[in-house]
Amino acid sequence: MSAGGAGQAPPDPGQPAGRTRVFLVDDHHFFLSGLRAELGEEFEIVGEAGDVDGAVEGIRHGHPDVVLLDVHLPGGGGRTVIEAVHRDDPEVRFLALSVSDAAEDVIAVIRAGARGYVTKSISPADLADALRRVHDGDAVFSPRLAGFVLDAFRGRIAGPVDPELDQLTAREQEVLRHIARGFTYKEVGRRLHLSVKTVETHVSSVLRKLQLSSRYELTRWATDRRLV
Amino acid sequence: MARRAGPLSEEGTIGKTSTPDAASDAPTTVARRRARMPAWSIPRSTEDRVVAGVAGGLGERFGIDPMLVRTAFVVLSMAAGAGIAIYLLAWGLTHEPQPGEVVVRRPLANQARPAIALGLIVFGLLLVLREARIWLGDSLVWPVALAGAGFAVLWSRSDSSERARWAAAGRRFPGNPLEAVFAGRISFARVAVGGLLVATGMGAFLGGNDALAALPTVLLAMAVTVTGLGLILGPWMVRLTRQLTDERRQRIRSEERAEVAAHLHDSVLHTLALIQRADAPPEVTTLARRQERELRNWLYGRPDGNGDERLGNAIEAMADRVEEHHQVAVDAVVVGDSPMDERAWAIVHACQEAAVNAAKHSGAAQVSVYVEVEPDAITAFVRDQGKGFDPADVPDDRRGIAESIRGRMRRHGGTATITSEPGDGTEVTLRMPLEGT
Repeated sequence: MSAGGAGQAPPDPGQPAGRTRVFLVDDHHFFLSGLRAELGEEFEIVGEAGDVDGAVEGIRHGHPDVVLLDVHLPGGGGRTVIEAVHRDDPEVRFLALSVSDAAEDVIAVIRAGARGYVTKSISPADLADALRRVHDGDAVFSPRLAGFVLDAFRGRIAGPVDPELDQLTAREQEVLRHIARGFTYKEVGRRLHLSVKTVETHVSSVLRKLQLSSRYELTRWATDRRLV
Repeated sequence: MARRAGPLSEEGTIGKTSTPDAASDAPTTVARRRARMPAWSIPRSTEDRVVAGVAGGLGERFGIDPMLVRTAFVVLSMAAGAGIAIYLLAWGLTHEPQPGEVVVRRPLANQARPAIALGLIVFGLLLVLREARIWLGDSLVWPVALAGAGFAVLWSRSDSSERARWAAAGRRFPGNPLEAVFAGRISFARVAVGGLLVATGMGAFLGGNDALAALPTVLLAMAVTVTGLGLILGPWMVRLTRQLTDERRQRIRSEERAEVAAHLHDSVLHTLALIQRADAPPEVTTLARRQERELRNWLYGRPDGNGDERLGNAIEAMADRVEEHHQVAVDAVVVGDSPMDERAWAIVHACQEAAVNAAKHSGAAQVSVYVEVEPDAITAFVRDQGKGFDPADVPDDRRGIAESIRGRMRRHGGTATITSEPGDGTEVTLRMPLEGT
């Protein structure tokens, strides 16, 4: 497979059906080739790109199920890719990937529409698991992301509050706290006497709030001015 | 001499009375001029000559239609012959072109034209207003107008190239804005001309109001006032300037830092992540993790400026220590933050004991630490997914550690709970109430 091919032909009929189609976006070729080697067994890599334009173009042609997207990209960053692709095709799911743990970067790409976030030091097995999860429509919250989200929804905010969007329910907070403590969804379910499906519903609901609420900006605004 | 006859006869044709003394004086002036011609002296025109070629020369040099110049002279002549006087003065200041002299055309700068036009319009308007007796008095309006013109000259920045030079000067002298003003030759001329105009305006105002008689007294009073103001405001101004300098320096520094951060992010952090994913020896992986944590904290860390440490930093440092000594990965997540006090340190130390304990006995490769700061309490969870144990059947050494953690928390008014099941890992829950702070 040649590196840097922005887009590849639509599915090869000879491919076994049911393999999840994955598109890789990362501007580090070393990392990209590593990912390809790890994921090639289980997933069908339909293309890869190293910048925003190449990614948008390639995703349009490759019709992937899941895009593994570097948060930091030349040409505008991962969120630009998500926004451009979702304008045409809101069905494409994104899993954000980054070495950076700056909360703003991560939250920004989640708010743009990514279904989850993992760090680049994640083990190959965990990464495959995260991709599967995103493909199934679930959200992937690492402990660190759960921490960021809890931080973002903390405290009181100035101005009108939409309880539907601007606050986490006690249950959602509990679920996020457990994820931040390092429990898997299954373990969270067992400990809180919920089904895994319910845990996933809570996490998806948190994701929705994070994407739709203006709270994050408000909180940041307040934090910047030391009001909180 | 032959040339002189021309202008005189032409002057006659226009119907102006000539001034013989000035005319007879001219040859020597011209001769002297030729000897040492100042750079600003303009050669009179030889081709476009109606009287003496003054209008032609001026027009040629400044890129104005000579007809306009002539009209201006004629119109001004109606004002008690002012035009003729100005013409003669201009003639005196210009010189006969030397053979082969090239007329340097220096059209008025694009910015100067509208400025001059605006000035003349304002001047005309003032005259009209004066005629219409909407007037505050000569001694007030003219000085103010003069000072206004000087102010405009002082603070108008002519063209973009000069502005760029100003900006460059501002970068070179991040301290004093005045240095930026005086940087550059054109700026200096501008400051000189503008300052002179303003000073003249002020002088005219004082003179026109009969205040010049008291000038020495006034100067003394002014000197005293300025000195007093300087004594009062001086330190403040110095501090303000220093503050501005500091701020600018800070901004430059943070910009540089952002650049460095972007670069490190793209290069070093990626390499460290790659090492952790590769099947490297455990010591190398641990080293890469530690370096990544350190770098990440430096790049995006919670501000620990002013030396006062925060709980978030302390927890990260604790995770770092445990990783260093115990070949285990410690994932620390901190929500909220608080300054360090005795109780916060108790939490950090208890977390460390729990993490070390997990690293030594659980057999797990990873320990998760989660700390949440709420208004009324700090809660911490230290968890491993190792082999766990049955609390009813605890080896003595473990009990000792559990007691140590509990005791530490209790001494500061907190609690510690340890839950474990064989085969299902261990979790230590620490809670430190914060009421009373």
